[in-house]
Amino acid sequence: MSLSTVTPARMRPGEGAVARLACLALQPVLSRIVRRTAARHPSLFARLGPHQTTDFLIDPVELPFTLHLRPDPAALILRAVPRDAAPHAGATIRGRFLLLLELVDAEEDGDAAFFSRDLDVSGDTEAVVRLRNALDDMDGSLAEETAAMFGPPGRAILARLRRAYSSTTTGQEIA
Amino acid sequence: MTRLTLGPIAYHWSAERRRDFYARIADEAPVDEVYLGEVICSKRAPFQEADLPEIIDRLERAGKKVILSSLAEVMLKRERKATEDLAAMETPEIEINNAAGLFARGQRPHRIGPFMNAYNEATIAWMAGQSATHICLPAEMPAPAIAVAARAARDLGLGVEVQVFGRASLAVSARCYHARAHGRTKDNCQFVCEADPDGMPLRTRDDRPILRVNGIQTQSESYVDLLPETARLVADGVTHLRLMPQAADMVAVARVFRDRLDGKASADDADARLAGLVGQVGLSNGFYHGAAGYRRIAAATAV
Amino acid sequence: MSLAELICPAGTPAALRTAVDAGADAVYCGFQDATNARNFPGLNFTPDELRDAVAFAHAKGTKVLLALNTYPPAGKVDLWRQAADTGARIGVDAFIVADMGVADYIARSHPGIRLHLSVQAAASSPEAIRYYCENFGVKRVVLPRILTIPEIRQIRTEIPCEIETFIFGNHGLMVEGRCSLTNYLTGQSTNMDGVCSPASDVEYARHADGSMSSQLAGFTIDRFSPEEKAGYPTICKGRYTAPHRPEGYYAFEEPVSLNLSRLLPELIEAGVHAFKIEGRQRSKSYVRGVVRAFRAAVDDIRAGRQANIADLIALTEGQKQTQGAFETKKWR
Repeated sequence: MSLSTVTPARMRPGEGAVARLACLALQPVLSRIVRRTAARHPSLFARLGPHQTTDFLIDPVELPFTLHLRPDPAALILRAVPRDAAPHAGATIRGRFLLLLELVDAEEDGDAAFFSRDLDVSGDTEAVVRLRNALDDMDGSLAEETAAMFGPPGRAILARLRRAYSSTTTGQEIA
Repeated sequence: MTRLTLGPIAYHWSAERRRDFYARIADEAPVDEVYLGEVICSKRAPFQEADLPEIIDRLERAGKKVILSSLAEVMLKRERKATEDLAAMETPEIEINNAAGLFARGQRPHRIGPFMNAYNEATIAWMAGQSATHICLPAEMPAPAIAVAARAARDLGLGVEVQVFGRASLAVSARCYHARAHGRTKDNCQFVCEADPDGMPLRTRDDRPILRVNGIQTQSESYVDLLPETARLVADGVTHLRLMPQAADMVAVARVFRDRLDGKASADDADARLAGLVGQVGLSNGFYHGAAGYRRIAAATAV
Repeated sequence: MSLAELICPAGTPAALRTAVDAGADAVYCGFQDATNARNFPGLNFTPDELRDAVAFAHAKGTKVLLALNTYPPAGKVDLWRQAADTGARIGVDAFIVADMGVADYIARSHPGIRLHLSVQAAASSPEAIRYYCENFGVKRVVLPRILTIPEIRQIRTEIPCEIETFIFGNHGLMVEGRCSLTNYLTGQSTNMDGVCSPASDVEYARHADGSMSSQLAGFTIDRFSPEEKAGYPTICKGRYTAPHRPEGYYAFEEPVSLNLSRLLPELIEAGVHAFKIEGRQRSKSYVRGVVRAFRAAVDDIRAGRQANIADLIALTEGQKQTQGAFETKKWR
């Protein structure tokens, strides 16, 4: 896969407003995910070392927003922001949403994704490596845990996402 | 008094070039000890063996101590045999660069070469217990570790040597990169390495010099230069300073180091003389200062 | 027939549990410091994590091998001694060592624990291996990835210890334990610090034409066109120019991974006791996939069946694989 496929699409008319709405709607969920993860997997922070205060952008290319993560146990941030309002990041990880989700869950091998250039890393490479190793040391599935927070409907949505992801080559349909 | 040594020639110089080189070293170079022998590639060894007795004799008559160095990599039958034969010699002294040589030598006296990874006082003590008499430290060791290692070695009565000039050996491999560059294999190399008496330069794709290939060995692009650090090396207990033969006027290089050691040249004067002898090649002392090896750390900012 | 133990990597406790559950006979790991050759950010075990991991592994009949396979610089040997003492207290099944001083210390202080000679010791001849066996009581040698199968078979007949060979993963080109390439560009040493192309010095630069450069400490190690598979900027897998190769070429090796799945029967027949999978720096997903596949293959071979190895190529660097020196000496 070429690098161009992981470059964010140019913004379409009206997308800015959609993005801001999507971010608003998503925020309570993100806050719950991050609090829950921090509580259940405290050892994650030790592996981050000095990068607990690094700003990460996790950028799902086919979605209208990007995720800002600051894994500081004292002031944890995970929020959705429109791309044009994203903060300056220490490190950016860009790729298709389900690939990013699978990386978080170690369903997919990060190195393999990078070698195939499905995944695009920029900024502080050590920060990304630490985040990857920290997440990789979590047992269980963050996606499953999150889906489970919403009961059977949540799990159904996740299953549908995965089917859509595996059946498509362009990734556009799942956006 | 600190002794100046000339390390073994890393490259595949022609027999004629070697003879001329050592004749001049014998007559003119203020070095006290000379290491001879093929360390890098066992295929090259037959080209030098015929002249070796004469070169040894010539150097010894000029008052130099001669040491024979063993191969760094021992894998093939001929390499095992060469190592065993060397280890069986009574004279001259030998320097061992592979554990196969240590095995063959047993408890008879020997020197430890720079490929033996004598990084610390525990390893040096072990080696001393196995009758090592002299240790050449790895080229990448930083100053504080050199000081501790040198003290330990001297307490055990061992000589301690550090490379102060020439390209650093950065890696060895089973694969010949000279042959690879010419689309050949090691078995079919046709000795293409002979065309590069100072190593084959590699540059990055944005055209920055980076490394040198010498057969199975990868070397630094820059010449290590610890001329400004000689006083501290001596103060820290290093007894021998090694110059690696490069395609430069090695007699003049040896004179610069000797003059600096003897206080006959000022630091600035010595540095200027050396800079004039190496042409376009960069000089580096990063390893010594705990920095990237290719870097040149100025004395004023040095730790 | 040799036992053909499967020795699997673990960079984190979760990876260790994954490897154990996927069928590892033994798992190797290291502490979070310079005492092992994968001293990477966010990787490896605290003493407490190792204690729990050893308990988990032992409960399932899996051994844990502790890598202490770097070379302490003078003045810092105590860190390695303490790591050995901690490992002994926790009850690891073997130490993997390279430095003679470290080997000597363990042989004297913890004589009841097996010593394995790390690939970092670069023992590539029967004489070198016997040196370590006779002086430190080494029970197993991890062979450098530079030998052909006939050479391994020959070595087997001349040494008193077991042989472990790499079968999958990163394909190191340089003789291990003799490489200062990373230190030359970054100031961090593979031998003394356990570091190889550290992430802190890695940068990927995008160019207007869609190509990408991978850089280490500001040196361009490779440049990829938009369609090309990318690689991590490891110096020995970079592309450079030489006087005869102005176009730029892989001066040492292409970014490929070692995969000896097809040679397993021959390696077993040659007397190899243990198969090592490289990749402590890789993810759980990699560990799970590779260990399961090789577990099945080894079990098939032991049972006299044709091994049907899963396609592991997607996990390989540059998505290319090689049998390296094991197949033919033309590789040299």
